[in-house]
Amino acid sequence: MYPAPFNYHRANSVDEAIGMLSDIGEGARVLAGGQSLLPLLKMRFDEPTDIVDIGRIPDLDQIEENDDGVRIGALTTHRRIAASALAGVVPIIRDCANGIADNQVRSRGTIGGSVASGDPSCDWPALLHTLDAEIQCRGPNGTRTLDINGFVEDLYQTVLQPGEIVTGIRFKTPASGSGGAYCAFKRSAPAYPTISVGVQMTVSDGQVESARVALGSAGLTPIRAKQAETELEGRSAGADQIDKAADAAVAASDPVDDQRGSADFKRQLVAHLTKRAIGIAERRASGEQVYNSHEYY
Amino acid sequence: MSERIGITVSVNGTQYEREVEPRLLLVQFVREELRLTGTHIGCDTSYCGACTILLDGEPVKSCTMLAVQADGGEVLTVEGLEKDGKLHPLQEAFSEHHGLQCGYCTPGMLMSAHHLLEKTPDPSNAEIRKGIQGNLCRCTGYNNIFAAISDAAEKMQKGP
Repeated sequence: MYPAPFNYHRANSVDEAIGMLSDIGEGARVLAGGQSLLPLLKMRFDEPTDIVDIGRIPDLDQIEENDDGVRIGALTTHRRIAASALAGVVPIIRDCANGIADNQVRSRGTIGGSVASGDPSCDWPALLHTLDAEIQCRGPNGTRTLDINGFVEDLYQTVLQPGEIVTGIRFKTPASGSGGAYCAFKRSAPAYPTISVGVQMTVSDGQVESARVALGSAGLTPIRAKQAETELEGRSAGADQIDKAADAAVAASDPVDDQRGSADFKRQLVAHLTKRAIGIAERRASGEQVYNSHEYY
Repeated sequence: MSERIGITVSVNGTQYEREVEPRLLLVQFVREELRLTGTHIGCDTSYCGACTILLDGEPVKSCTMLAVQADGGEVLTVEGLEKDGKLHPLQEAFSEHHGLQCGYCTPGMLMSAHHLLEKTPDPSNAEIRKGIQGNLCRCTGYNNIFAAISDAAEKMQKGP
């Protein structure tokens, strides 16, 4: 299968890329690792006139940590994130980076692409809701820092303006006493998750101080399950509370029947994965090392 | 018609310079431009891994990359595994253990296995499974594939 013909432009800097995108206008698409874009082009779901390749722009693939938190450059690949010191310190990052798609996709796919594609099945957008992440963007009108909440506003639709690209992801390093887990179920390694659930919570003296619960592949956008967070916050994460949070997560989900499964099956997965993610997050919050990754048949 | 782009790619140690259409996929570059047809196109949708090759030492699905993205890179395909007319230990082990039935997935399996053993010379069974997680075998001959990779790892550890 061939993509439809397009003109190809290789940008050597962010500013050059923005200039190219602005000059070309609405027919242009941004190519980073290509793991979301190329399948779309090959199936002719999209036929851009021009491709602006940002994949070689220097210094956009760095992970930096300082007192303000973590910054992951948009072009950082899943493999590189999985192998980073950050993944050792923030387990929910490792859960995702190490289990997203398969080995081959992890070589090429980037965190910025995962966020900018606006695909509700991509793993990173759902996960980043649990870390209150900010998306750093640059466009013809300068730089903006946007909240991950609301960044994906509809199916394949982000709030990025024409000519604007994602340059990095920023979040605060979870404090000690905070634990998280990203649990995803998929039909096979290369498949997108059927459902995924990310949980990050801070526990102090057995009480949940704060909680974040986010769902992937469960609707038209990544979904923050705020009622599930409310069920957990201020209480001890006992079995009752976990069941209530799982019910609330199911209520927040909006799955549809498709080839990955029926909506009913997906709601059961939301409940199951929410309970599992809370359980692992709680153990990690108490300092326990727990292995976790995407599950498939 | 879009303008052709000049690219230079090293494939199995040989430098190739070509002018290519931007939409040319890396797998088509390898198979049709260079006539290296050992790399197979399976599903063509980024699922099956039959088209797996190594680019700068990392496994990639060559059906899900443009040739222009590999400009300046070093590619290893299944044809590059044998040395001086002698099969790579992985290829020998796949043969000995009957690690293939129809053989369609084999080039991709070999490249993923090669990458695994470069990073993890003595893999556990779980690591072997994870190493070829992005490669599907429609004949479901996975057990013999696992055995072949395990045996090749052992032989490569001992040396020739």
